[in-house]
Amino acid sequence: MKIHEYQGKELFRKYGVVTPRGFPCFSVDEAVEAAKKLGGNVWVVKAQIHAGGRGKGGGVKVAKSLEEVRDKAGQILGMQLVTHQTGAQGQKVRRLLVEEGADIRKELYAAMVVDRGTQRVCLMASSEGGMDIEEVAASTPEKIHKVFIDPAAGLTDREAEDVARKIGIPWQAIAPARDLLKALYRCFDATDASLAEINPLAITGDGKVIALDSKMNFDDNALFRQPEIVAMRDLDEEDPLEIEASKHDLSYISLDGNIGCMVNGAGLAMATMDTIKLFGGEPANFLDVGGGATAEKVTAAFKIMLSNPKVKAILVNIFGGIMMCDTIATGVVAAAREVKLAVPLVVRMKGTNEELGRKILKESGLPIISADNMADAAKKVVAALQGKAKATPKPKAKPKPRPRAKPKAKAKKATPARRVAPKKKVRSKGKKK
Amino acid sequence: MSILINGNARVITQGITGKTGQYHTRTSREYANGRACYVAGVNPKKAGEDFEGIPIFASVAEAKKSTGATVSVIYVPPAGAAAAIWEAVEADLDLVICITEGIPVRDMIQVRDRMRKQARKTLLLGPNCPGVITPGELKIGIMPGHIHKKGRVGVVSRSGTLTYEAVGQLTELGIGQSTAVGIGGDPVNGLKHIDVLRLFNDDPATDAVVMIGEIGGSDEEDCARWSKANMKKPVVGFIAGVTAPPGKRMGHAGAIISGGKGTAQEKLEVMEECGITVTRNPAEMGKALKAVLK
Repeated sequence: MKIHEYQGKELFRKYGVVTPRGFPCFSVDEAVEAAKKLGGNVWVVKAQIHAGGRGKGGGVKVAKSLEEVRDKAGQILGMQLVTHQTGAQGQKVRRLLVEEGADIRKELYAAMVVDRGTQRVCLMASSEGGMDIEEVAASTPEKIHKVFIDPAAGLTDREAEDVARKIGIPWQAIAPARDLLKALYRCFDATDASLAEINPLAITGDGKVIALDSKMNFDDNALFRQPEIVAMRDLDEEDPLEIEASKHDLSYISLDGNIGCMVNGAGLAMATMDTIKLFGGEPANFLDVGGGATAEKVTAAFKIMLSNPKVKAILVNIFGGIMMCDTIATGVVAAAREVKLAVPLVVRMKGTNEELGRKILKESGLPIISADNMADAAKKVVAALQGKAKATPKPKAKPKPRPRAKPKAKAKKATPARRVAPKKKVRSKGKKK
Repeated sequence: MSILINGNARVITQGITGKTGQYHTRTSREYANGRACYVAGVNPKKAGEDFEGIPIFASVAEAKKSTGATVSVIYVPPAGAAAAIWEAVEADLDLVICITEGIPVRDMIQVRDRMRKQARKTLLLGPNCPGVITPGELKIGIMPGHIHKKGRVGVVSRSGTLTYEAVGQLTELGIGQSTAVGIGGDPVNGLKHIDVLRLFNDDPATDAVVMIGEIGGSDEEDCARWSKANMKKPVVGFIAGVTAPPGKRMGHAGAIISGGKGTAQEKLEVMEECGITVTRNPAEMGKALKAVLK
């Protein structure tokens, strides 16, 4: 889970990491009020979105009068802020942080992440602040200093002072820098963070060490014991489909393609996306229905996939182990009926009760394309997509649905006939090969 | 022979009174030697009772003392799972397999740290894994037993269903498995690819290995480099997530490309450089393995 900069700074202050004074604002008037409360004659108006690169995108502005605060706040609030992390459509700015200006002498970098190799929290610090740390790591790796923190002891005075010296903090500021780094670790540890980044970490004219920025991510697995963090969640910053999916305990991520896919298991779901791509298609999403999918869950999954308007075909790939293929098949049929599925659907099912599952699909009368393996499924869904594209100019060209679909199709009159056309197209195409 | 487990292992289920623990203990017990192997369950509040004839003890230590158990499998919910791991480690079992998904990373960091500092002998598999199976002998975990076939190919993977996919393909081609190991999808875990590959390398009953990885971390690269210098048997590899976008967690807690690191492409390249036969088509893992067996 991610939070905003101003929320991260609230946490920082709670654990003793020094930050500039500032207030979150939801309107231009609030921004001006905040500046008045802060006093002084320089303020920074900062867009609050979860993506990084806000400064370059025009989301961070310095104001030298209250009128300027009003102007800049008006410019930033409501803008579609485009950064390298938001994609071309950008992210709408709904919140601001108005802070007192700081007299910056030097910009440094400090962050904590979980290091998988050592299985410890790693403090990374560098003299190169305000830059993209990945660039620093690539061009001048010697300028990044690391400490792998002993979880029993925490970050020690010696370790913190040593790192502070290595990144060029002057001797007068070593003690406050040490205290800040130790506070950062306490904050990271206590909140079950997965990332805590300060970029830049600044040394001010009066010798203070302060966190000018804050980026914090949290371990989703630990949210059950972090109500304070959960309360900071901002749903406006998340993909509505991903939010809807999480309500049904589904793991869903939107992608850019047009082939929706529903799979059980995260690894198999990724592999299915990869296979679609391998055979010339583009996956529209990652969707793991998990091990214990019920018919209701499958229906929810279908609805979520189809609420993405880009989806023009669907691939279902199930390796039934604990989950029986017939359960999934029943769910797929129910879901296809309920959502009145109008795009080609390819199903590959393998494992427990495989035959029973296939039988259910076949007898449903729905134009479901069955596939033998993952590659076959990917080929078929890509072909179905192209077939459909070709079929659209003359949708009534094939008036006779195959009789196989008849008995059950009676109940659902209009829709199956329409849906049969693209499938027939695909089949004839397959025969030619 | 096999690695990690065989029909002589004696197994404790931690979390035997929960629904998941009961379901999987039941199905595992029905597989091969399971009836003889599943000897105990643990729940401090239900000590003295039994689950379908399997006695329940108050602690892992007591269960071990009374039954001679060597392995435990954990189905305890996430909040208490790390403590359950530690209990098994303190009881000096040979192997603890943690199936539980959703354990906080901080808890795992602490347990792994204690295990290292005290140089405990217990091996940890998982968490967030399907478990381990030695076909025809013993199944410990949530994988479907019937897709497996006794044989001489080792399988190691971070993902559950993708392991089943590989196993299913092998079995369909008539190729049996010595042991199939799920190491789990969490960022901080026990045995890694490299550890399992070492075991397969030393196992006279394994002729070749299918290694399945996914985006996130650099375990596959580390394993590939080790393999280049040490592995005496052919290895076939697949990495899931070529199409995964950076910065997004793909289902598994550990499946994330962060800071441009941990991409599938990078892993595949290193594996190829290190002499591992890599396939980019997951439908052909079995075929690729068959080709290197000869």
